[in-house]
Amino acid sequence: MKKLTGITRVWRAVILSIIGFYMLLPIVAMADFSTRAGADGGRNFDSWAAIPSAPGLLESIAVSLQLALLAVIGILVLLVPTMIWVHLRLPLMRRPLEVLCLLPIAIPAIVIVVGIAPIYRWLSQFFGSSPLSLAFVYTILTFPFAYRAVNTSLRSVDVNTLAEAARTLGASWPRTIAGVIIPNIRAGILGACVISIALVLGEFTISSLLNYETMQVVINLLGKREGQISVAVSLAALIFAFVLLVAIPTSGKKQEVG
Amino acid sequence: MQIGQQQSAAKKPLTQIHTLETGPSTRGAGLRRALRGLPYLGVVPFLALVGVFFLWPTYIVITQAFVDDQGAFTMEYVTTVATSEVNLNAFRNSIQVSVITALLGGIFGGLLSWAVANSRRHGMFRRATMAASGVFAQFGGVMLAFAFLATFGFNGLVTLFFSENFGDSFLSNPTWLYGIWGLCVVYTFFQIPLMLIVFLPAVEGLRGEWREANDSLGGSTLRYWRHVGGPVLLPSFMGAILLLFANAFSSYATAAALISQGSPIVPLQIRGAIGSEVALGGAAFGKALALGMVIVVSVVMLGYVFLQRRVSRWEQ
Repeated sequence: MKKLTGITRVWRAVILSIIGFYMLLPIVAMADFSTRAGADGGRNFDSWAAIPSAPGLLESIAVSLQLALLAVIGILVLLVPTMIWVHLRLPLMRRPLEVLCLLPIAIPAIVIVVGIAPIYRWLSQFFGSSPLSLAFVYTILTFPFAYRAVNTSLRSVDVNTLAEAARTLGASWPRTIAGVIIPNIRAGILGACVISIALVLGEFTISSLLNYETMQVVINLLGKREGQISVAVSLAALIFAFVLLVAIPTSGKKQEVG
Repeated sequence: MQIGQQQSAAKKPLTQIHTLETGPSTRGAGLRRALRGLPYLGVVPFLALVGVFFLWPTYIVITQAFVDDQGAFTMEYVTTVATSEVNLNAFRNSIQVSVITALLGGIFGGLLSWAVANSRRHGMFRRATMAASGVFAQFGGVMLAFAFLATFGFNGLVTLFFSENFGDSFLSNPTWLYGIWGLCVVYTFFQIPLMLIVFLPAVEGLRGEWREANDSLGGSTLRYWRHVGGPVLLPSFMGAILLLFANAFSSYATAAALISQGSPIVPLQIRGAIGSEVALGGAAFGKALALGMVIVVSVVMLGYVFLQRRVSRWEQ
């Protein structure tokens, strides 16, 4: 950590308090709203206690978690190796790869859902009506953000020199990528995985319009009927995701050198 | 003399290799060409996934905006959308919300990136901030709508506070939340964390040595940001702003959960068009609207690609 000067400290504190207030206010409001009991200002946790028995909620959470895992596997097995390979061996493919990865931003999910419906009807012959088949399109939806995270890391390290060194010393391509390149862009890969998990757990547009019961679809349905319970579930889900994302990076930092 | 001899001696084997490579064996050349294409096999699985689950559906949507229910080519849907006041207004609203929230998110998110970059790299603060950012930027959707209903909605915390303490004021009447300005406030809530996620790596890419060089040569903090940090970060910053614009423009879940009456922005109009598929050409109008969205965001993303080129230029 850099030594901070006094003025830097002040600026940092001002920025963090303004943004912190704006970001935390709605969270406090949710906690307040979901624990109100009657109009006289009393408090109870009735709507929180009702969460586990909310119809379909726990099942949908399990489905969304599995989808998130599948999307992370997709990124680690497909996106990261492809990006490194293109960066090292196929410089002509760099621009096309970037355009392909960013396309899910240019083509919004609500547009995709219309065109993808017939494809999912066809796919249901193989996967039945399993919501896990959403993993294919979800993996692609994570590409723009995963790409940016990994790409920034790739460019901040002199990957080509590293690869040349590894190859000169006799490492095979798989060993060069897995043993030399990936540890050097670990931060970017980790960022890509974190953002992808959050994105898949929060996805609503495609699953709701394709009639799959993911976590968001069920939460939104709850919101139509029970105001307080839906706010309680939302806050619980936000905290749940927060804890999940705080916990995940720890496991990936084993090799940290001080 | 000696040097000249060495050079010609060194040249000789080179020429030999050259003639070897362009030798008469066409079978060998073909094999070499095939081997040179071999690395391209590495991108085939990636292309297959993107092709089937993204390019194909996109192709379906875009081409069918020009096809009527008899399967013949028509410009009807596209011209209707391009001349309808309701649709054009939705595009104006969408662009307005996206520009405002991209700028707000970019500025505050950029400042936040700087503050986070100046915190302990593996400290609890940094980890909690990044986790919260992931949650808000990419997970929020439906739940952020509920969060802001609990804050500024009819029985929201802020609404009650203002109506109890200040009587009739802007914040004690929550109708603004369901309009364009409400969308701006809610969208900024996920734009700031997205900016942090996208922009922090660039801020951290600033080398400490640059700052040290500036300081030891007598440069001030202002000078550093004007002549070193600022210009280096500018392309990344602009690229991130464009990304934020596209993110807000494409957003659907938050608006869908917040606004149940009326369709002030384009994604909600598409929802309406898809929902009214029974009505004549409803789905086709949805595709024409979608085509408009694709065009707007494509222009923005072209700008992004151009800026990325500048980013990689200074890094070469």
